[in-house]
Amino acid sequence: MITVKGLTKRYARNTAVDHISFEVQKGQIVGFLGPNGAGKTTTMRMLTCFLTPTGGAATVAGFDILEQPLEVKKRIGYLPETPPVYPEMRVGEYLSFVGQLKGLSRSDLESRVGYACERCSVADVRNKLIGKLSKGYRQRVGLAQAIIHNPDVLILDEPTAGLDPKQINETRDLIKSLAGDRTIILSTHILPEVSQTCEQVIIINKGKIVATDSVSNLQHRARSGESVLVEVAGRNGSLDPAAVQRKLEQIAGVNRVIPKADGQKRAIFEVESGQSQSIRGDVARAVVESGWDLNELRAASMSLEEVFLQLTGTETPAEMEAVAAGGQKE
Amino acid sequence: MRNIWIICRKELRSYFVSPIGYILLVTFAVIAGFFFWTIVNGVLQVTMEAQMEGEPYPMNINEQIIRPLLLNLSVIQLLLIPLITMRLFAEEKRTGTIELLVTSPITDTEVILGKWLAAVLMYSCMLLTVVLDMLFLFKYGQAAWKPLAVGCLGMLLQAGGLLAIGTFISSLTRNQIIAGAVTFGACLLLFVMGWVSAYDGATWATVLSYLSLNSHFESFAKGVIDTKDVIYDVTVIFVGLFFTARSMESLRWRS
Repeated sequence: MITVKGLTKRYARNTAVDHISFEVQKGQIVGFLGPNGAGKTTTMRMLTCFLTPTGGAATVAGFDILEQPLEVKKRIGYLPETPPVYPEMRVGEYLSFVGQLKGLSRSDLESRVGYACERCSVADVRNKLIGKLSKGYRQRVGLAQAIIHNPDVLILDEPTAGLDPKQINETRDLIKSLAGDRTIILSTHILPEVSQTCEQVIIINKGKIVATDSVSNLQHRARSGESVLVEVAGRNGSLDPAAVQRKLEQIAGVNRVIPKADGQKRAIFEVESGQSQSIRGDVARAVVESGWDLNELRAASMSLEEVFLQLTGTETPAEMEAVAAGGQKE
Repeated sequence: MRNIWIICRKELRSYFVSPIGYILLVTFAVIAGFFFWTIVNGVLQVTMEAQMEGEPYPMNINEQIIRPLLLNLSVIQLLLIPLITMRLFAEEKRTGTIELLVTSPITDTEVILGKWLAAVLMYSCMLLTVVLDMLFLFKYGQAAWKPLAVGCLGMLLQAGGLLAIGTFISSLTRNQIIAGAVTFGACLLLFVMGWVSAYDGATWATVLSYLSLNSHFESFAKGVIDTKDVIYDVTVIFVGLFFTARSMESLRWRS
């Protein structure tokens, strides 16, 4: 449905999108994931013919975005980051204006406006001024606007940004229900959104694609190397964490030992191995044979969050927590 | 054609759901009414004095009332035209609705023509308030309608050019105030730049005076259609809209 080949957008000083290529099949929901400023919006804007790419090519529903932009635009429903609504218009008026813009015939217009209102649950505010609506409603009006001409492709830029948790869930359900034979691309920097709504993920960072895979594969990929958490305690009430770390590092197959917490009596380490076979037995043996107590030993599976951070190379979860905690204190 | 009308209708609507449309209409009507009243009064004064002295004054409503009124209004409109055009693109760029227009299956030209047409229609409504004043001249005097029609056509053509320039300037910024101020400066400059030829006979002064707005309105005010003037106005309209199209195109490369 969507083919992108070497798409590039360069500005005077920086390259926003750098030779990205991907394909989206008909009926798929694809999540565009990346930190802020990664190039998600730029890519979407190029696909919707809002921006002209500096290089590369893309086709939507078989039409080239440079050669036949009008045909492409007819087949795309687009919700930009801020819903493109006119505050001085009423919801119904606005939707029929957009319907006309998208080329709906007069006979279809009324029924399509009704349908879009119904689907996006804005029927109850149809006669209200958009400027008086809450953020959540405005977002839904934006979605209604995107589906009004029954497009084959929906492109949604951060559809849940700025909504409260309840509205986020409703919007996600709505997006899923809109899928059917439609192809949906949505961008987000929130991970659970991807695992909940999308089948396929494209992780993008600094204008480049760092991973393209299905959600389950990505999670699986994260677990390919095993990672275990061990809590060790000293038998006679004192413990030398450095000695424990040294011991753990000596175990065959261990790549890295990360101290997670240490104290006078006990210490917690994360042990990562590159092997596919389990090292848990070896770890347990090493601890007990050295005369320490093994308080806890469990597999630490990598969350999607960690995969994402690993791939995009930004902060570690611990740092992020620290930032979040710091932010809360302020 | 249909798409131009869709955009135009939406723009016209937004003039009249916000106070701006009414403010423009009232302001123009009041100012035009004031000028109309003073001019008519002045003419009456002169004729009355002439009659008392026993030598009837030959009255020509078109020459003595309509012509000076239109000349005055062609200056007044310099102040009001920026208010008509300043929001056309600047507002859409600020709120992000430009993204909706640009990603809809309509061409840039249709968007621009729709917006410009709405501005022209808004201006026509304002001009209509003046025509209402003039209806009195037909009721109580013998005015000729043809010179009046030509005068109004001249006003429309000249305003069309200024509105096209305003549309272009609005497409350059996301700030309405900037768009309005720059448009006002451009309109005023275009109007006064012909004055240099009064003091200077050099070629460049003649060129400037030819390019100036007011030198192309005098014949219209007299009720004469001069092809030269029509071509001038149409050129200004075309150039303004052409640059708007280029500016919209550049949006696709920059933003």
